[in-house]
Amino acid sequence: MNIFVALKQTFDTEEKIVVENGSVKEDGVRFVLNPYDEYAVEEAIKLRDELGGQVTVVTVGPERAQEALRTALAMGADEAVHITDEALLGDEYKVSNVLASYFKDKEFDIILTGNQAVDSGSGQTAVRLAELLNIAHISTITKLEINGTDVVAHRDAEGDLEVVGAKLPLLVTCQQGLNDPRYPSLIGIRKANKKPLETPSAGDLGVDASLASKASVKETFLPAAKSAGRILEGDNGQRVTELVNLLKNEAKVL
Amino acid sequence: MSRNVLVLADLRNGGLRNVTFEALSAAKKLAEGGSVYAAILTGSGAAAHADALAQYGAQKVFVVENAALENYVPDAYAKALEAVINESKANVVFLAHSAIGRDLAPKLAARFGAGAVSDIIGVEVDGGNLTFTRPIYAGKAFTKNVVEGDLVFATVRPNNLEKSEPEAGKTAEVVNVSVELPADSLRTFIKEVVKKSTGGVDLSEAKIIVSGGRGVKSADGFKPLQELADVLGAAVGASRGACDADYCDYALQIGQTGKVVTPDLYIACGISGAIQHLAGMSNSKVIVAINKDPEAPIFKVADYGIVGDLFDIVPLLTEELKKALA
Repeated sequence: MNIFVALKQTFDTEEKIVVENGSVKEDGVRFVLNPYDEYAVEEAIKLRDELGGQVTVVTVGPERAQEALRTALAMGADEAVHITDEALLGDEYKVSNVLASYFKDKEFDIILTGNQAVDSGSGQTAVRLAELLNIAHISTITKLEINGTDVVAHRDAEGDLEVVGAKLPLLVTCQQGLNDPRYPSLIGIRKANKKPLETPSAGDLGVDASLASKASVKETFLPAAKSAGRILEGDNGQRVTELVNLLKNEAKVL
Repeated sequence: MSRNVLVLADLRNGGLRNVTFEALSAAKKLAEGGSVYAAILTGSGAAAHADALAQYGAQKVFVVENAALENYVPDAYAKALEAVINESKANVVFLAHSAIGRDLAPKLAARFGAGAVSDIIGVEVDGGNLTFTRPIYAGKAFTKNVVEGDLVFATVRPNNLEKSEPEAGKTAEVVNVSVELPADSLRTFIKEVVKKSTGGVDLSEAKIIVSGGRGVKSADGFKPLQELADVLGAAVGASRGACDADYCDYALQIGQTGKVVTPDLYIACGISGAIQHLAGMSNSKVIVAINKDPEAPIFKVADYGIVGDLFDIVPLLTEELKKALA
């Protein structure tokens, strides 16, 4: 099987966000493989180990993003592709078109991604990619079974579960609960660090030079700081009575 | 600059969700002389919703009724909404940031070669352009975005855009749009739907959420939280800690991985308040924290805090509320 994972490097979810000069400060931030993409990488490796074939991981991102590819290689992916040409970075419209250019001459059976990135949280790029490649997709999956070219997936639809059937080739986006991503082994990490990455340019990919983002950010800001509220005092009965009174008469949320 | 704004009705279990009315209310402000339309894609029963959509501002309601739309199937829904967008000459398409909308918006945006902005919590007209406000890093920060092009898609986060008063008695012209959706043109199909959502209150739309963390200690430990939720008409949520420990389903998870929620009242029980969890709930209007540890970070964002054992406090609170709300 030709298995591909499209992934993104994101901030560690432990990071605080600092806005400086109108944009999110990246200095000193710990970057990780997007947590939802970890499920995609894990599932890809499991599929390969079960059905044979190869796992190729692909990202569109700046220089630092190669660390996320190396994490995926260390987990067990076979090949990694880093599209890092600055002219190709941009919004979901642009990045999905860049990825579509990469895939247009590839033979693939399945493409896996996270269902969203924990930074932008848009969840657009993967679904756009499936549409541009003219293949079906199933999003937010929590289970995946492949038999020949028949696929059955469980889709998390806001808490309800849809059992969805489809055929390969297919794109799926992965949701928490799909699997438990493995930790890279030391040997895996050592091998991954030596592995050459493929780094195609805009010209190699045949991306139209006029391709430009549709959406742009005008302003980035932090929410108003929330000050600590009131800790209620007294015995349990008194505190509960006071709380109900406050919710009713001060906060007016009951 | 006038624009036609189309709102896709978000149906769940046969009912219109509030977010649809919130999006229509915003659409009225943005149209600037253009038209406000609604679309209903469904297997059957669309007519029942037309008046409600009209009362929140829809001038026309485009209806695609087809057995293939009984459940959400991306190929079917995309073809149906594509037909409505073409028929209505929409410039802005609002969908809910829901299981359907967040999947359908990027698919159609790609089909039309259009830009899209996801999970918006605000929108304004600024010198002829629309500016959309949305969270990044699950609400640790926000951006204002503009999108180029004469067709723009946006998905709307529930509970954030202001809902206007419905105009009683108002009706809209219903335009039936017919779309061929033969089974062999649909590349995915639903084999089964398992309803797992408990209690009936929808976490992403809930006005009140009662949420449990590791302090709940077991699946059984969620019972007093459910009882409190029942009294309040609230939804039950959880922290990642509670989900990882298998006390509850991942569908309940609130945080940077999981759902981001902004209810009027969020009651955190036995949740310490890790930064990933805070990202998912700290924009709630009023936060109550109940935790044994006075140093727990949840108290830093809570409006009202009770330091104590949730298994003592929550049942007392349930009883007190029963009296207060009776």
